[in-house]
Amino acid sequence: MPDLDLLVPSAINGLTTGAIYAVIALGLTLIYGVLHIINFAHGSLLMLAMYGVFFLHSLFGIDPYVASLIMVPAMFVLGYSLQRGVIGHASHGKDENILLVTLGLAIVIDNLALYLWRSDTRIIDTPYAFATFEFGPVLVSTPKLIALFAAVAIAALFWLMMMRTDLGKAIRAVAKEKTGAQLVGINVEHVYAMSFGLGIACLGAAACLLLPTFYVSPQVGSAFVLIAFTVVVLGGMGSFTGAVLGGLIIGVTESLGGLYLGESLGQIGIFVLFILVLLFRPTGLMGQRT
Amino acid sequence: MKPVYAITIVLILMLPFPWLVQSEFFLNFGIMLLFSAFLGQAWNVLGGYGGQFSFGHVAFFGTGAYTTAVLQTAFGINPWVGFVLAGCAGGGMGLVVGFLSFRFGLKGAYFALVTLAFAEVLRILANTADFTGAGVGILIPLDQGAANLQFANKTGFFLLALALVALGLFITAHLDRSRFGARLMAVRENEDAAMALGVNVFAIKLRAISLSAALTGLAGAFYTQFFLYLDPTIAYGPTVSIEALLVPIIGGTGTLFGPLLGAAALHTISEITNHVAADAPGLNLIVYGALLVLMVLFLPSGLSGLLARLRRRKTDLGE
Repeated sequence: MPDLDLLVPSAINGLTTGAIYAVIALGLTLIYGVLHIINFAHGSLLMLAMYGVFFLHSLFGIDPYVASLIMVPAMFVLGYSLQRGVIGHASHGKDENILLVTLGLAIVIDNLALYLWRSDTRIIDTPYAFATFEFGPVLVSTPKLIALFAAVAIAALFWLMMMRTDLGKAIRAVAKEKTGAQLVGINVEHVYAMSFGLGIACLGAAACLLLPTFYVSPQVGSAFVLIAFTVVVLGGMGSFTGAVLGGLIIGVTESLGGLYLGESLGQIGIFVLFILVLLFRPTGLMGQRT
Repeated sequence: MKPVYAITIVLILMLPFPWLVQSEFFLNFGIMLLFSAFLGQAWNVLGGYGGQFSFGHVAFFGTGAYTTAVLQTAFGINPWVGFVLAGCAGGGMGLVVGFLSFRFGLKGAYFALVTLAFAEVLRILANTADFTGAGVGILIPLDQGAANLQFANKTGFFLLALALVALGLFITAHLDRSRFGARLMAVRENEDAAMALGVNVFAIKLRAISLSAALTGLAGAFYTQFFLYLDPTIAYGPTVSIEALLVPIIGGTGTLFGPLLGAAALHTISEITNHVAADAPGLNLIVYGALLVLMVLFLPSGLSGLLARLRRRKTDLGE
């Protein structure tokens, strides 16, 4: 049993990583909650956003946090057009078809990145990458602390949007009863595309929060996609509180798993957790039985 | 025409291929085409006929591949025996994955995700365990001879692959005609209705995944013997899983000749891209992914569906 000097920083570190997972999962859970589809390309689109942040910094010298002003709208537009132009036409009445199309998109995006940018791991240099914040006896990396607060803010914004705006009302209506929403004059296709766009916009934000401390490579998407699924399944498909809670739990689990089991075996923890949750509580912590 | 006759004719037509083509390149092309077709046939049993889409068929492929490789290098067991045992090991893994997933009622996208997670767990385990050679992989010592399942002449591998495809065809034809197949298709079309009619859904799905996984295990053993090398990324990485589902989707899921048709189309296209772009990294998979998107968008019933539609139009015009 490692003493508290190791355990506490590790847990806090896990919490900050988990906050970013939560942002990624928020997008995934919104898409699932409204469109009832599993977006397999979520990790690949995150990877694309991370490259966007990387190139904005290396080519134009734009700070990753400032880059969010560009990346979030850009990813929103990408998401909106993907849903309107490709994914929306794929179902032919079967949900499996949508899963297959997003799998196909993921394969294309991942390997296009590999083709264009090679498998090099890239990082960006910021003056604050190694800055730390003293938190009592514990040192916390400043960019990770920013990520934690930003994640909470994003989750709150999401909640406000869903509860207080007309768009949020329309999204909730379509999620509950598609035909009924159509009958009262809601443009369902538009709401679908807006939800997909918002879900992907989250990835733009997540990429900006990740890059000061994390690297980007073409494989990064596949590493994140299963984590994001685990978070969403654990929290309950379609639940926002569940996504935040799930993200934090997974972040801490991963961090402590790495501490006790070592790096490579620690990865297994997440997959095993994923399988166990799917088997024993597929509705997750916050999900309702359908 | 009775399917048995159709299968026999197709097999007889393919048999002289190694003697007709003189170049090593085309012989390799034929072998890899048949290998893919067999992989697709295996996936088709569960995905096409059973409607259970697996994203992690590599879990069974890798298990079969490692079974042959480890039995041979560590225990000196003859690869022909290993070949049969690889089928059993693959089937066993299918039984485990199927029992867990179906017992707890996972279907659709959830089933796809859980199979992927199983494959990832196996990949990490193979990467850390000692007996699989960890990340370094296993090199099968070269010892050519038919008794060692290492044919000096590639024709031997072609005939073995053809035999596997024949096995796949006869099993698929059996699904089209047997009670088991009818029940499996009923489960695919409407699980609740099938259950109401007295079909034991769980048992049927379990049988389908074991059969599908056993065939995939054989494909793994074939791969090991053909390339004589195995590492965790080959054995449990995503590429084989994608190929296994892409082949029947291109050709037409739940059809007898779909996987063979799909494999022929896929390999022709990917050889052409390789030729044009001279082996750029990732390019082959870009084509795979794009094909998957295009097929689902525009031809959801695959090439078989397209052919059937053309034939129907012709008879309609004839009348």
